Amino acid sequence: MLNPRRRTWALLGLTGPAYLWLTIAVFLPLSAMLYFSFLTVAPFGGREAAVSLKHYQAFLDRDFYQVLTWRSLKLGLHVTFWCIVIGYPAALALARYVPGRWREALLLMVVLPFWSNALVRVFSWTMVLREGGVLDSAVRMVFPWLEPIDVLFTYDAIVIGLVHSFLPYMILTCYVSLQAIDGALIEAARTLGASGLVVFRRIILPLSVPGLFAGVLLTFVPVIGSFMEARILGGRAGTLLGTVIEDQFTVVFNWPRGAALSFILLAIVLLILAAAWPVLRRHLPNG
Amino acid sequence: MNGGAQAVTPRARRDTGTWLAGIWLALILGFLYLPIAAMAVMAFNESVLYELPFKPTTIWFERLAENERLIRASVNSIGLALANTVIATVLGTMAALAFARYTFRGKTLLRLLLFPPITIPWLIIGTAMLVMFFWIGIGRGLHAMLLGHVALSLPYVVVVVGARLASFGPALEEAAATLGANPWQTFRRVTLPVLAPGVVAAALFAFAVSFDQFVISYFLAPPGVSTLPVEIYSAIRKGFTPEVNAVSSIIIVVSMGVVLLFARLYRFGGVPSEGGGR
Repeated sequence: MLNPRRRTWALLGLTGPAYLWLTIAVFLPLSAMLYFSFLTVAPFGGREAAVSLKHYQAFLDRDFYQVLTWRSLKLGLHVTFWCIVIGYPAALALARYVPGRWREALLLMVVLPFWSNALVRVFSWTMVLREGGVLDSAVRMVFPWLEPIDVLFTYDAIVIGLVHSFLPYMILTCYVSLQAIDGALIEAARTLGASGLVVFRRIILPLSVPGLFAGVLLTFVPVIGSFMEARILGGRAGTLLGTVIEDQFTVVFNWPRGAALSFILLAIVLLILAAAWPVLRRHLPNG
Repeated sequence: MNGGAQAVTPRARRDTGTWLAGIWLALILGFLYLPIAAMAVMAFNESVLYELPFKPTTIWFERLAENERLIRASVNSIGLALANTVIATVLGTMAALAFARYTFRGKTLLRLLLFPPITIPWLIIGTAMLVMFFWIGIGRGLHAMLLGHVALSLPYVVVVVGARLASFGPALEEAAATLGANPWQTFRRVTLPVLAPGVVAAALFAFAVSFDQFVISYFLAPPGVSTLPVEIYSAIRKGFTPEVNAVSSIIIVVSMGVVLLFARLYRFGGVPSEGGGR
């Protein structure tokens, strides 16, 4: 159709601008930060910067950073766990038990809050969890003799806020693979005498693994890099690897240290993605 | 709990299932909407300390109208989101066209390169942008935020437009070309009209991504310049007032409005071929 020369130009013209943009805004910055993480100080204001490993060494030397990394990973596990426990049955309910005309409306309602501002949604939990807030008032209306309930500025508050943020992801990804299951398979198993539990364990669960898996990744990875949720809902209990990185850039101004911590976080993310790769590749459309 | 399958008819079993499903989903919707509703209600309550009993007032919205910082931040947010929408939609649609209509070496690699901007935590990307932009002299500010927002929206645009392009093959375009249309006419008269719903959906997506973006903007905001989410974050950290509730409620309404529009144009999750079946 087109001669090879024009074809090359068309391709370059079509993809060039987008990828040039991505290079300037994402790939070069990541490289720059990798470089910075190996400097002693940020090379601004006439300061001499030397190449060193001292910021990575600091991570190994100070228990503080390792403890916080564990905390972030544990937070990721807790949030992911609750998202599965709450979200998977919901996806199953939507895909298999809700009549068609309700399904789309309900799905939309589940996804809708997810598209409103994340910050605002986290903030809205302060109205519920604080002493004298919705939860406290409601519980004490029923049980007036109880102590005031003040969950705000605790670890649990962070978990609740993050589950609220990521639950729609989990429901959506699980729903997509659950509703793709051929109903005939289930009918066949039923006809052959399989109980509900067996059908779930042998057919529904295995076939929905890709969606579950995608949901886990889409929850776990952002959660271990979160900081704003911990700041708003965790208060003093909310120190995480993410908040320490934020501090390095906005309060302490030790950019190389922040860069090194960011790359340790990125390395963790990449390790997780690499471990997930065999499963991901099998289920990605067109390889 | 349906162990005695013989005793229970499939019909009755399905009804119990539907009931349980309904209850579970209702609880989840409650969990998802309760805090948002509480926040919105408190925006109309008179007490600064969110104390009950509820005394209705619109004073917090009136205060908002006088708050110049918030108004400037809103103008910034909307302007940024609009600019982002135009640039990301155009560049992303072009890339999607290349992916859908050409086979070439390195295509898989280019596709793979769309993942880092959406999978790497924003904290890392945001701080990396700060380091780089500061270093090479781009600096912080709305232009830097625009650079960042477009990069984050592009992958979504490519995916959404790509999905639309995949739904109709190149046959239409080939027919137009055979009938003597030049490439530009083919694009203008054939591809674009069929593609339009996908492009509009992608544009709304891009708008939402930018309008809701906090982390990137936060790191790239110099003192005195901010977007709505950045302004709200600093207000929350200073100690919150019902004014924050008022502006947050407005944001929620706007964001949800955009998504509902999106949902009308781009049905997601629905099963197109079979309406009521399971």
